[in-house]
Amino acid sequence: MAYSDKVVDHYEKPRNVGSFGTSKEVAARKDIGVGIVGAPECGDVMQLQIRVSDSGVIEDAKFKCFGCGSAIASSSLATEWIKGKKVDEALTIRNTQIVEELSLPPVKIHCSVLAEDSIRSAIEDWKRKSGNTAATTDAAPTASTVTAH
Amino acid sequence: MQLTQQIYLDNAATTPCDPRVVEAMLPYFTEKFGNAGSRNHRFGWDAEDAIELAREHAAKVIGANAKEVIFTSGSTESNNLAIKGAAEMYARAPKGQSGRGHIVTVAHEHKAVLDPIRRLMREGFEATFITPPADGVITVDHVREALRPDTILVSVMWANNELGTINEVPQIGRLCHEREIILHTDATQWVGKMPTAVETDCIDLLSWSGHKMYGPKGVGGLYVRRRKPRVRLESLVDGGGQERGMRSGTQNVTGIVGFGKACEIALAEMDKDRAHLQPLRDRLERELTSRLEVCQVNGHPTKRLPHISNISFGFVEGESLMMGVRDIACSSGSACTSASLEPSYVLKSLGIGDDLAHSSLRLSFGRWTTAKDVDAAIGLIERAVNHLRSMSPLFDLHKEGVDLSKIVWQSH
Repeated sequence: MAYSDKVVDHYEKPRNVGSFGTSKEVAARKDIGVGIVGAPECGDVMQLQIRVSDSGVIEDAKFKCFGCGSAIASSSLATEWIKGKKVDEALTIRNTQIVEELSLPPVKIHCSVLAEDSIRSAIEDWKRKSGNTAATTDAAPTASTVTAH
Repeated sequence: MQLTQQIYLDNAATTPCDPRVVEAMLPYFTEKFGNAGSRNHRFGWDAEDAIELAREHAAKVIGANAKEVIFTSGSTESNNLAIKGAAEMYARAPKGQSGRGHIVTVAHEHKAVLDPIRRLMREGFEATFITPPADGVITVDHVREALRPDTILVSVMWANNELGTINEVPQIGRLCHEREIILHTDATQWVGKMPTAVETDCIDLLSWSGHKMYGPKGVGGLYVRRRKPRVRLESLVDGGGQERGMRSGTQNVTGIVGFGKACEIALAEMDKDRAHLQPLRDRLERELTSRLEVCQVNGHPTKRLPHISNISFGFVEGESLMMGVRDIACSSGSACTSASLEPSYVLKSLGIGDDLAHSSLRLSFGRWTTAKDVDAAIGLIERAVNHLRSMSPLFDLHKEGVDLSKIVWQSH
């Protein structure tokens, strides 16, 4: 497995690892959006949390990732890119940009797709919780829909 | 990726050659290069003498008579010859018909046993694959329950390559002899590590390999019992009639000499090797399970070889774990699907990883593994697991007491 230097760097020194509290705590906060995408049985779960200002600027972002080095690097990079951006700007980030930045091989493209999905999912969650109705139409379901069965 | 000096903990995959083995082999590349089949000159006689001496050593390490040992290219060939050769010889119906006979084996056997049996199933044989219990150990009762009146062959490995677990092969051998069923055992991980007595343990066919016991690659042995009962095999490779007609082809004299030397050393140093290996394995397992939570040693706690350790770590993905421990040369053995790593059918057959998101490492020790290597490996593994858990959303959920299997995941 030949990882690019950038992937190894993100793996060794991941940016913005963490969360803004337990799942219950963040669920109660209207300024925080959470996106959890992937599934353990597929070998990838990404969790992205964003703290958004009233004016719609992503002030802070935290990630956690269960997945391969490329998945970790993709989510780490996503947090770097969205911090300081307005939510609508963040929604323009495409997985292909992540592929290019990290030199991901074809078998790892799904990692970048998950990262893009986690951004959309977190923003969707924030929009719903904060009462911002200009929600994107095709965002994936979010952590708040993660339910027990 | 930068190349660093890796710690080699993959001795169940292969071992380095013992320098004494290499030394024994060298003359047979150059001055003693003869074909053992050349009956008319010194070159041929020297090669034949060397092969017969190697056969003595190979026989001794398994408790057999030299006439009962066939040299092959390794365990895969030995397994193929034993299983296909016995099935064809003892078939209850001719080729092209169904109902040719029933074979019993185990779900966590090596592919070199499972695939020949699957081929036989396409050729009119039937087979039962025993599901191993959670501790991985196959007992005589498991086999007894699987036997049928038309069972002609049982193939149960002596020790499992991923777990190191030891099956009740001598007891199974006695059962098979009572029922007049041929018993084959893939003893690749076992021979050279543990005392072996095919005669009293009622083994009919036994496969083993040179390169798992500090010998060269590309050479192995097959024990074929000669009396009580005399076991016969249909050959797979026909030609010059070497190896009692069961394996034609000019013998790999250098390889066989190395294999014989490796068997000789293994027998002489078995106790010493074991006394070296087991404390290393115990130390690794004790340290990792005490330093890390949700960390378990797979397979039976005591019915295990002294040099193989299979350890699972919860909430850590397999490929990232391998990346984190890339200064250790070892095998991954995840029971879970990773985006890029195949789940281990061996661990799956034991039901390990049904609770999602476990990754496993197989660490195996050898004659030249040092305590310093093991201590370094412990530190590297601990660091990698903690690093990955600090990033793992699943570990957080676990800490919050959430059952991962009860969550509806948004997979792609």
